[in-house]
Amino acid sequence: MSGEHTSTPVAARVRRLEARLTGAGVVTEEQLDAALAAMLEGASPVNGARIVARAWTDPGFRERLLADANAALPEVGFSMAGGIQEQRLKVVENTATTHHVLVCTLCSCYPIGLLGPSPSWYKSEAYRSRVVREPRAVLAEFGLELPDDTTITVWDSSAESRYMVLPRRPEGTGGRSEPELAALVTREGLIGTAAV
Amino acid sequence: MRADFRAGERVRVRAVDPEGHTRVPRYVRGQVGRIVECQGRWALADEIAAGVAEPRVEPVYTVAFAAGDLWGEGGHEVTVDLWESYIERVREDGA
Repeated sequence: MSGEHTSTPVAARVRRLEARLTGAGVVTEEQLDAALAAMLEGASPVNGARIVARAWTDPGFRERLLADANAALPEVGFSMAGGIQEQRLKVVENTATTHHVLVCTLCSCYPIGLLGPSPSWYKSEAYRSRVVREPRAVLAEFGLELPDDTTITVWDSSAESRYMVLPRRPEGTGGRSEPELAALVTREGLIGTAAV
Repeated sequence: MRADFRAGERVRVRAVDPEGHTRVPRYVRGQVGRIVECQGRWALADEIAAGVAEPRVEPVYTVAFAAGDLWGEGGHEVTVDLWESYIERVREDGA
């Protein structure tokens, strides 16, 4: 068997499991809905954007974030402990000469709490299979043309870590406040398929 | 925390095709990469999926692969997160 999941059998399995659990009176539909709502509550790329804006304006925070994101997140009011166990977060920083882009080739691992539910293309076989092989071409299709001498790293989250890109701060934003800067950051910028 | 591999070391991904669930992406099987860092220790996903009562807890490493090695072209790197039992040391003579 390959390392791939297909969503259909998994979804069917989840539905059967739900039916058995509710049928046996272990949980109710309402409790399941409430648990799902709690997981997704507040899950939004606005969170990632706030973290980026702080890193752009506070060099000390930026250093701590890149060194140990889990330890730095509480400084901006976030944590990776929303799920069953705390997940490790690794933040990777784009610079003038390096560019990072995220993928999960096995399924669709994604830092939902900080980036919100993932876009459908992130889960598509085309993106997952192509971005590890020809990231420069894939990024160009997203409208991001990188200079030839930019080093590209593709991060395939195949285990227990989740990743977030720290995009480059746009030129000419010197006087902007932290909330103004956060408003510039897009979900694609946090995945690495766009610049900010 | 005990971890067998150090940053910068070259490792080869075991070229196995297990019957059950694994988190080794097919495209790195048998490939040589470089240890970037040890991320921490987690229960082995293969054994969790197989229903093992007390799954082995192992270091997980970030391993970087050169696109040229994976695909025969491309100047980028791909990093993959791999449990320790997925990888083995590459000897100095490359064997």
